[in-house]
Amino acid sequence: MNTTPSGLNEVLQRTFSFPKRHFLSVTDLNEVEVANLLDLADGFVALNRQHSKKLDLLKGRTLMNLFFENSTRTQSSFELAGKRLGADVVNMSPRSSSISKGETLIDTAVTLNAMQPDLLVVRHASSGAASLLSQKVTCSVVNAGDGQHEHPTQALLDALSMRRAFGRIAGLSVAICGDVLHSRVARSNIALLQMLGAEVRLVGPPTLIPAAADRWNVAIHHDMRDGIKGCDVVMMLRLQLERMDGVMAPSQREYFRFFGLDREKLAFAAPHVRVMHPGPMNRGVEIDSDVADDLSVSLIQDQVEMGVAARMAVLTSLSARLDND
Amino acid sequence: MTLSQGDGRPTAFTNVRLLDPASGYDGPGAIVVGDGVITDVVKGQDAGPLSSDIDVVDGRGALLLPGLVDIRVKTGEPGAETKETLKSAALAAAAGGVTTIVVQPDTHPVVDEPSVVDFILRRARDIELVNVYPAGAATKGCEGLRMAEIGLMAEAGCLYVTDADRPIVDSKVMRRVLSYARSFGVLVAHRPTDPWLSNGAAASEGEFASRMGLPAVPAIAEKIMLERDLALVELTGARLMVDQLTTAAALESFRRGRDRGLPVIATTSINHLSFNELDIGDYRTFCKVEPPLRSEDDRQAVIEAVASGLISVIVSAHAPAPAEDKRLPYDEAAPGAVGLQTLLPALLAFHHEGRIPLIDLIRAVTCAPADLLGLPAGRLAKGAPADLVLCDLNAPLRVDADKLVSKSKNSPFDGRRLQGKVLRTVVAGRTVFAG
Repeated sequence: MNTTPSGLNEVLQRTFSFPKRHFLSVTDLNEVEVANLLDLADGFVALNRQHSKKLDLLKGRTLMNLFFENSTRTQSSFELAGKRLGADVVNMSPRSSSISKGETLIDTAVTLNAMQPDLLVVRHASSGAASLLSQKVTCSVVNAGDGQHEHPTQALLDALSMRRAFGRIAGLSVAICGDVLHSRVARSNIALLQMLGAEVRLVGPPTLIPAAADRWNVAIHHDMRDGIKGCDVVMMLRLQLERMDGVMAPSQREYFRFFGLDREKLAFAAPHVRVMHPGPMNRGVEIDSDVADDLSVSLIQDQVEMGVAARMAVLTSLSARLDND
Repeated sequence: MTLSQGDGRPTAFTNVRLLDPASGYDGPGAIVVGDGVITDVVKGQDAGPLSSDIDVVDGRGALLLPGLVDIRVKTGEPGAETKETLKSAALAAAAGGVTTIVVQPDTHPVVDEPSVVDFILRRARDIELVNVYPAGAATKGCEGLRMAEIGLMAEAGCLYVTDADRPIVDSKVMRRVLSYARSFGVLVAHRPTDPWLSNGAAASEGEFASRMGLPAVPAIAEKIMLERDLALVELTGARLMVDQLTTAAALESFRRGRDRGLPVIATTSINHLSFNELDIGDYRTFCKVEPPLRSEDDRQAVIEAVASGLISVIVSAHAPAPAEDKRLPYDEAAPGAVGLQTLLPALLAFHHEGRIPLIDLIRAVTCAPADLLGLPAGRLAKGAPADLVLCDLNAPLRVDADKLVSKSKNSPFDGRRLQGKVLRTVVAGRTVFAG
């Protein structure tokens, strides 16, 4: 039986129409759109906790997951989001299939576009890939991570997690720690959190902070204790292990010593601090298991749950826009 | 307008505004050409009586310039003719008022021995459009390891040696190239970039590249390599053409080197004069060039350097790349921009903006590069080759990349509004383009 939670019904009945065809970058959004997406996602959280989780908002729609980079987590999150909304979901992994042998990104996109999907969820290793693709297809494109540029649904789910934990985002102080340089998660979060009125700090060794990041209206700290002092949220980033072998940091143990999140460093944050991580974690490298697994502190499990709801909100909004076309 | 077939009959271009940076003349006058050379230059209103066996082209007050000399052009020939052939490049040059091009050696095969120099010169003769000269490779295969046949290539007709976009990393090799080339009087060109800093970069380091998540090279990479090159010039006494200076920091180094009396000259590209990194916008790969577009501060420094004469030569850095190499994610897309056809109007923008006097702009694409390479072209003088451009200085135009003559249409100027239209291009007295 389909029983829609009353909160969700209320949001769905709002006369909010999402004006964009694609979901590519946080910088395309405004505060009102984000607030509506978060309200909608909140409603989907309630739905997802019910026995019967299925709606038909996307009935008849086809969602195609096109992941040029492997990501079990994000891909299944989008897959579940699509299925719970009633869409048909197809997963394409061009790397392992014959689709992209010698084919360019655009050829692949045009080929898939000819199969008439309504929503194309794309993950690619190059910055700007989702935007490029959106210019060549007729369906809606969702950026599920493009190189080191953006991962906007991650920022949305992070904002949802924070809003639920603190009741607000404005005024929160958020320390984003670790490999900011290579992180699309960081770029999307900086833009979204600042839009919503949070104060953002970046913490990491200078080798992992992007050039000219001081022009982003963020405080930059190379000492983690200073960087997380008094903050409400510590958002850890994943650091690829191969970058820690003398490349961006001298060794794993040195990195953990100075930039890994453990109880001792966390004690510098506000007493009510919550810890986040986009996953997958390198335990004992950027974060101590002791912290990661402490449910009174860690929001990491919540983030995964919020991921499905946030993506349902994005897909619903884009699909409503398609209905209006 | 009909294309004259160069039947030997003298032609007079009358009622024109002559602009000749070599002599510093900018004023009314007329030019008479015959047998492929300029036979008379009449300065002033009165062209005098012309004998009846002279064809007359009434310029109707248009600007008559020496044909442009563009000393950094890439084509795809030999080896990648789908990008551009010598002929399609020559057609683009003619349409752009460029009458002499020097093609880069990084083709397949590389121009690193005299037979490939011969091949290009022979093809150019067969095409019979504009003057085409090859630059030879400085090292075999442009690999930066072993010297190419610099002496034999110079004898065969290459105008200078360079490894084009590949930096000569090994300082020992660079030193040998410089001192060896010097003994033959051959000019060496090198584009300065520290390969360790620039490897894999698609943009210039800064707020924009950081925000867009693009792999980036700091501007200082240009200065680091330039400082090495200047020190090697001091050591060897060889002449060096610094290929495409694009940053304020490197310009400062270059100025110091020149002030010390080092035999160095610098070029820059029309792309780095006309665009900055923000033009990349939403990952526009047509703006991906090498070196990458710089900050606005750097661009302003480059414009100043041209205005002051510190940079004496401007090149198109014509580098064709077909759509399939450009319609890719930014970091995977091929670098390069076509520029032969847009060089002149893009340059004239600085005149129209009042930034750089017209005669100085034109000098940087005519007699300055010609003198540097010992070419008789690039001037309106009796006895000089009759390589001329007749242009309407003020005619507006909107660049439409699809309509460019080049086989590849990768122009960052696509859609840009410019002023200055080529009416007629003449090479050795023969009209090769009439618009």
